[in-house]
Amino acid sequence: MNLVSKSGKEYVCVMQVHCDYKIEELRNIIQEFIGEIYQRPPVRSSVKRRTRKKRVYNIELLESEGRLVLMRISSEPGTYMRKICHDIGILLGCGAHMRELRRTRSGVFSEDNNLVTLHELSEAIYMYKKCNDESDLRRVLLPMEFAVCGIPKVVIDDYAVDAITYGANLNAPGLIAFQEFKRGEDVAVMTLKGELVAIGESLVTSNEIKNMKKGAIIKPKRVLMERDIYPKGWKKNEKT
Amino acid sequence: MYKFLEKIDSFCGYINNWSIIRDAQTNDKYGFYADKRPIDILIKNSIINLDKPPGPTSHEVAYWIKKMLNLNKVGHGGTLEHV
Repeated sequence: MNLVSKSGKEYVCVMQVHCDYKIEELRNIIQEFIGEIYQRPPVRSSVKRRTRKKRVYNIELLESEGRLVLMRISSEPGTYMRKICHDIGILLGCGAHMRELRRTRSGVFSEDNNLVTLHELSEAIYMYKKCNDESDLRRVLLPMEFAVCGIPKVVIDDYAVDAITYGANLNAPGLIAFQEFKRGEDVAVMTLKGELVAIGESLVTSNEIKNMKKGAIIKPKRVLMERDIYPKGWKKNEKT
Repeated sequence: MYKFLEKIDSFCGYINNWSIIRDAQTNDKYGFYADKRPIDILIKNSIINLDKPPGPTSHEVAYWIKKMLNLNKVGHGGTLEHV
């Protein structure tokens, strides 16, 4: 979950400016908000109101009509769009506020892939429960594996799976394939069937693996697979 | 290499080459191919990219979905406005 909620966001937001303005002037001010900004969370906020540094990746002015401005903003998580609108207003000299906001992307999940409404979901559930037709529900449910799209992955042997679900480190002999990663990076541990087992922190870089015969590679931080789905591999290893 | 893994990467346009250390077989007795799970297992291990209507909070919506699917664990990945 953290993987999604702590990754980059994209919003589309409507800002209302409190006076007439020149569009060129507004464009220039918006440009200044791209990059690192200092922001104090608004009065009604769920975090401590301490000025913090946030990175805004891009702001795009999509449309403007009268005093209403439509913008697309992509930023680090925890950036307040309401505050950005307010601050743009201050620089314009007359104030502005946010009218409407919609998040269009959260991590790897965007509006473009499989976005469903509550209505569609409830219909899909109805079809499944009452008519035994699971096809709609299958369209709605994305396998949890998609959440690890944006991070490096490793594939492990069937016999290494259960030990990981019990919290053991992934050691070199269990590794079958890997994507490149750095030390200390989040890496997803997958089975040969493409199932997500766990997300862990890498203890080495992927370059070092090639010469490794034994030793720990990944320390699991969050185990997602249930225990005992795969056979216990470590008992057999102890005997041999 | 199971091709579903490549599908995950193409889902968000992630590019990172795979290096394969050795060939291995997976035993079909354990687990399920991630894209061919039976529906009841899939329901427990999936993500819904939901277009939430304004009004109900994310927590409320997560709770409704939990009831709709008789689940014991549902979470959500972030709120817009915490009021």
